[in-house]
Amino acid sequence: MTTLLRRLGVYLLTAWVAITVNFLLPRLMPGNPVEILIGKIQGRVTPQIVHAFERQFGVGLHQSLWSQYVHYWSQLFHLNLGFSISLSAPVSSVLKQSVPWTVGLIGVSTVVSFILGTIIGTYLGWRRGTVFDAVLPVATFLQAVPYFFFGTVLLLVFASHLRWFPELGAYSQSLNPGWHWSFVASVLRYGQLPAITVVISSIAGWIMGMRNMMVTTVGEDFVLMAVAKGLPKRKVIAYAARNAVLPSISNFSLAMGLLVSGALLVELVFNYPGVGDLLLTAVQNEDYPLLQGIFLVITFTVLSANLLADLAYLALDPRIRRQA
Amino acid sequence: MSGLEQVAAAPSANGTGPPARPADREVVLEMSHLSVDYGLGPTALHAVVDANLTLHKGEVLGLAGESGSGKSTLVYGATRLLREPGVVAGGEVLLASRSGAAGARMDLLKASERQLRAIRWSDISIVLQSALNALNPVVPIGKEFDDILRAHSRLSRKERRAKAEKLLSMVGIPPARLGDHPHELSGGQRQRVMIALALALEPQVVIMDEPTTALDVVTQREILEELVGLRDELGFALLFITHDLSLLIELADEIAVMYAGRIVERAPAAALYRAPRHPYTLGLLHSFPPLHGEVGPMTGIPGSPPDLAAVPSGCAFHPRCPYALERCARQVPLLGELEGSGREVACFLHGGELSVPVELAVS
Amino acid sequence: MSSLTAPPTPELPGAMAAGLPAVRPRRVRALALPRSGKVLFGLGIMVAFLILAVIGPYVAPYNPSATAFTPGLHPGAAHWLGTTLLGQDVLSQLLVGARPTIVVGLVAGVIATVLSTVIGVTAGYIGGATDEGLSLASNVFLAIPGLPLLIVIDSYLPQGARSNYVLIGAVIALTGWAWGARVLRALTLSLRNRDFVEASRIIGEKRWRIIFVEVVPNLFAVLASSFLFTLLYSIGTYVALAYIGVIDTARWNWGTMLFWAQANNAPIANQWWWFVPPGLCIALVGTGLALLNFGIDEFINPRLRAAGVTGRYMRKVKLSNRPRLGLTPVIEGFR
Ligand SMILES: Nc1ncnc2c1ncn2[C@@H]1O[C@H](COP(=O)(O)OP(=O)(O)OP(=O)(O)O)[C@@H](O)[C@H]1O
Ligand SMILES: [Mg+2]
Repeated sequence: MTTLLRRLGVYLLTAWVAITVNFLLPRLMPGNPVEILIGKIQGRVTPQIVHAFERQFGVGLHQSLWSQYVHYWSQLFHLNLGFSISLSAPVSSVLKQSVPWTVGLIGVSTVVSFILGTIIGTYLGWRRGTVFDAVLPVATFLQAVPYFFFGTVLLLVFASHLRWFPELGAYSQSLNPGWHWSFVASVLRYGQLPAITVVISSIAGWIMGMRNMMVTTVGEDFVLMAVAKGLPKRKVIAYAARNAVLPSISNFSLAMGLLVSGALLVELVFNYPGVGDLLLTAVQNEDYPLLQGIFLVITFTVLSANLLADLAYLALDPRIRRQA
Repeated sequence: MSGLEQVAAAPSANGTGPPARPADREVVLEMSHLSVDYGLGPTALHAVVDANLTLHKGEVLGLAGESGSGKSTLVYGATRLLREPGVVAGGEVLLASRSGAAGARMDLLKASERQLRAIRWSDISIVLQSALNALNPVVPIGKEFDDILRAHSRLSRKERRAKAEKLLSMVGIPPARLGDHPHELSGGQRQRVMIALALALEPQVVIMDEPTTALDVVTQREILEELVGLRDELGFALLFITHDLSLLIELADEIAVMYAGRIVERAPAAALYRAPRHPYTLGLLHSFPPLHGEVGPMTGIPGSPPDLAAVPSGCAFHPRCPYALERCARQVPLLGELEGSGREVACFLHGGELSVPVELAVS
Repeated sequence: MSSLTAPPTPELPGAMAAGLPAVRPRRVRALALPRSGKVLFGLGIMVAFLILAVIGPYVAPYNPSATAFTPGLHPGAAHWLGTTLLGQDVLSQLLVGARPTIVVGLVAGVIATVLSTVIGVTAGYIGGATDEGLSLASNVFLAIPGLPLLIVIDSYLPQGARSNYVLIGAVIALTGWAWGARVLRALTLSLRNRDFVEASRIIGEKRWRIIFVEVVPNLFAVLASSFLFTLLYSIGTYVALAYIGVIDTARWNWGTMLFWAQANNAPIANQWWWFVPPGLCIALVGTGLALLNFGIDEFINPRLRAAGVTGRYMRKVKLSNRPRLGLTPVIEGFR
């Protein structure tokens, strides 16, 4: 229990750091980027929006940093993330539309990639020294290919050339979004290639990690004992795998951060209407409120995923569970 | 070939049985001419050379020798559990299997993976030196019992549970602790759990590789006494490995002594203690204080055990042997029966041509 | 991971400690990497790209930004890698872009490794509240998703700063040190209690002397691995930042090449020679680094070393396959 509380503490602290960094960055950066931007949008939007913008970033108002900070937090508690200049809509409502796409895409591909990679890694570790080792150089190479580049190649080959998959977007433009079968089917069809990209790009990490851990674990006495007990081979492998998977799970937070970053760029390649696509819009238009909102949403999503991984770890490793 | 070598070539189990070991006692495990190497080809290390061992029903056979003499290699090789780069370079390991036809014996070195799986644990079980490493750290110990019983019997879940509880209480641990994980048990408790696991299927042969070395003397004593009690109750044969000869003398019926991969002496425990015949055994006996009784002078053996990559020629012990003959450096003495005594020794001093030094001639 | 996959490298202080040379640092040998084909291949790739980073701008046949040629030319004699839809020479862009990409990786790798060594070793060696604080900091930095944070930071930077690739490298390092710090801390903790460190403490050597003379040299293998890892991470991150267009898109690196290719719909337009070369180069650098890391992993954890001798020998004498656990091979009469 204590372990979990400690982790929770770390995540809360991380969230606080992320929020505070978000608050401080525009105020401390040299060159007053926000002021420049306000100059640009003046006259193009309503004065209320300009004013809200000034309050959000503490420009032109002679308030102490502390009272700005308090204001910032109270806005956050009301889920008011500001107004997106480029999309002329509140940031929170823009995010509300994009986040489900990203969470769906990344969630599904992470789970598939982890499970598949762990299974393959288990087998490779068990059959080390056989022809199956030939998978390793391939995995090493795949691991080194940037997600978005890989997505681009897949898009070119399988969508543009072979036409096995639809090219861009998340669903057929001829359909009305809603909970009806033809739309869901279209979402599934359009999601395949982006998901495959993320799975293949991220799977090598799980494979290699699991494989190396399997090799190490198979060298332990308790695995030899499982053989000496005359247990079926399946059971022996399970003995080893059950132990070998633990580091993969405890390394989840590192992998998760990288995977999310990679997947966001994959969205760009496929024009997938998720947070990644939004990120591009925000960057291109220097839409700071949108950018900050995206950063917070991503951070919170990653932290929640980490918490889930910690729970899984706790359930799987009795040593941590009881000692805590 | 000398007469000594010819004697060694005959399997030790049959032939003229000594009075202490009636020939009609059932043999449960017999290794003959077992050789085990690490690696292959010209650079291979010969860790066990031409070892013969016979284990009878209900008997405790002790295997002693300094660290690195090849005791573990011998038993892991014989049970085909040795890891890479270990290979069995020849011999025969016959196990009286209960699953096969009556009296039929199975050669573990010729068995298939499937055959091995069937006899493992049900006919022959093994306890490792470090119980902490031998128990799966992430499952409760009850699961270990359950896995064994599930793989080898058709008991229902309830029956398996009951059996596991019975086994655990047999070694003096409350059955409630079946839900505990290895790290929640003390070193002694873990080793007891290992022993209970080893006995779960009532095998005929139990091998223990230094099961108590990591424990303190009191716990060690308790566990050994328990073990003797269990042996009397269940009647399994025990192959017990240790480098502590004095411990074996109390526990074992028979003792075999290993040096640099070869068995150099084999004798009934009492006889070996009273009258060692090999200079190495004599040295070993003086290296440990006995568990009971007066403490004799602990002289030990000068020098250190040889490196397997550079075993001395002839008798590997000759550089450290106070009685070494000129011949010992040239020729390997083979294990041969000492006239009518029911014991074997591999030493030229007992070849009959020379007078035996007085320390090795006590009767 | 050039781009963004980390191998979930097992965090294994136990196995690492096992592989640590338990010698006094004065006798520490140079890192004797297993001289396998993998390692040599990785080394070859890395050396080739380092050379490219140095000479690239000098050997580029054209000005990479000049839109002076027929747009969209296939690779051919005049333009080995073809031209872009804007009429630029792809090969020149690739050659000129090598330097920033690799320098950013090196800058970030060095800074992050120094940071993680200082933080990890201090936390592990001093312990107590210092350790608590520094470990907390590493955990926080590990949990924050790096790329989004960098995008936010970089988009507030003035234009001039955004094209300063040394500065960008330094900023990337800020998000890349935490992992190494965590591993090094665990290792320092285990080293701290080794005999030779204990001995130095007893004879009253100064704390900083012990750390630098006794502890750090023994961390060398892990330090090297951590450096390669951050190098990989930094290059991937830099390219990603360029690809999304946060850093100056008018300066050439492999990421900006991909940015312009994407912006001009090169993939859909089937202009593969525009985006495949930079992507492939990134992947090759990543592969080279990963292969080198293999060598270090095997050095640290001997169990990973292919104990292939037996397997190879057995195949030679036609004895089926490689030995299996619980089925020790029997090679009667072959001695
Ligand atoms: N994997 C291996 N490769 C090469 N040689 C090995 C290997 N394992 C063990 N040996 C060598 O084989 C010899 C016998 O080792 P073994 O473990 O059987 O000794 P032991 O009698 O059980 O010693 P201990 O009492 O310390 O357990 C030793 O000299 C050892 O150095
Ligand atoms: Mg041993």
